[in-house]
Amino acid sequence: MQISGFNNFKYCHHHEFHKPHHTHAKTGGHVEVKKSGTREIKVVRRVLDVNEKMARQNRELFKEKGVFVLNVMSSPGSGKTTLLEKTLDEIMPEIKCAVIVGDICTTNDADRLVKTGAPVVQINTDEFGGDCHLAAHVIEKSAGSLDLDAVDLLIVENIGNLVCPAEFDIGEDARVVVLSVTEGEDKPVKYPLMFRECDAAILNKTDLLPYLDYDRELAVKYIHQVHPDIPVFELSAKTKEGIGPWIDWIKGMMSRKKP
Amino acid sequence: MRAGVLGEFILHEMGIAMQIIEIATDSIPDDMENVIVERVNLKVGKLAAVVPDSLRFCFDIIAKDTPLKGAKLVIKEIDVVARCNDCHTEWTITEPVFSCKKCKSGSIEILSGRELDIDSIEIAE
Ligand SMILES: Nc1nc2c(ncn2[C@@H]2O[C@H](COP(=O)(O)OP(=O)(O)OP(=O)(O)O)[C@@H](O)[C@H]2O)c(=O)[nH]1
Ligand SMILES: [Mg+2]
Ligand SMILES: [Zn+2]
Repeated sequence: MQISGFNNFKYCHHHEFHKPHHTHAKTGGHVEVKKSGTREIKVVRRVLDVNEKMARQNRELFKEKGVFVLNVMSSPGSGKTTLLEKTLDEIMPEIKCAVIVGDICTTNDADRLVKTGAPVVQINTDEFGGDCHLAAHVIEKSAGSLDLDAVDLLIVENIGNLVCPAEFDIGEDARVVVLSVTEGEDKPVKYPLMFRECDAAILNKTDLLPYLDYDRELAVKYIHQVHPDIPVFELSAKTKEGIGPWIDWIKGMMSRKKP
Repeated sequence: MRAGVLGEFILHEMGIAMQIIEIATDSIPDDMENVIVERVNLKVGKLAAVVPDSLRFCFDIIAKDTPLKGAKLVIKEIDVVARCNDCHTEWTITEPVFSCKKCKSGSIEILSGRELDIDSIEIAE
């Protein structure tokens, strides 16, 4: 399954910068003449308010349908897809799952995930080389092609990037960041927003620890420095070692949402 | 404290610049013809995932074919200010350490620093 063409750039090309017909009365707004000879018009709007509004709508829809939504984020290659494959293995069919996966230009991730038996929606962000995050309207469109009544847990694999996805609410219930032991221990302090915005962190690829000089205690310390008390799951998505507490956490979060 | 480097996440800033141009264009009063927008005043928190230089760069490129042509994007950076939920200390966070400066509690509120807001536009008289 493929959905494409949601890229902001395309939107821009089609969108003409004409004043919309249905704006509120702006002439009555706060206007001030500045010393510099310009007239200041107060706007006071969040730049991403359109995304935020769409995210709220998504959240309402997911609540109504009883779907728990998990947004999984990381740098490229930290192991999101592998973790999802193994996670689905563990919790299906007990929990009915679906996946939305954002991939810049291939269907590789979706092909891997389809094998788990879960419905998968693949989002390709287009020929510009791709967007760097999944926005709320993309999730809305993708969720529209799923039978949400038959889904309890919707997992979203975001685009591999530690900066942008942190800024874009998609209407999820929980956010998880995956960090692998082949990356620097100091990723959390370099990307504090991402680690603050997440509800749990995963330290992946622990099977490689014997071959590396990685200081896992330092990595955990940095995570907690940025986000005190956040749960950190140290595991190997490859061997499934340590995956239990992570699965229990998902189940616990899901039962907390149930009405 | 912020991660992006000019060039690395240009796409991200492009999308944001696009939103800014839409909102700013939308804010030009309906009854004004041929306005020249001189400035767009933006507030960007230091914790926001935006690099001001990249954003200005993108804004200048894409403003060209819009009513904001030639407008200057003025970015006011906002400090990250936190308050402790336990001892109520307020302080400015300057390093990526998010626990109370005084009592070390991890239960804190971020009061500012997450902004990504258009404050106003300025039109030539
Ligand atoms: N040794 C080891 N390798 C792993 C583990 N998890 C993932 N990998 C490997 O790391 C590489 C990237 O894994 P993916 O699951 O594709 O990572 P991703 O985060 O989905 O990557 P993108 O979607 O491209 O950002 C693959 O070669 C995986 O086999 C792990 O726990 N241990
Ligand atoms: Mg992947
Ligand atoms: Zn305190």
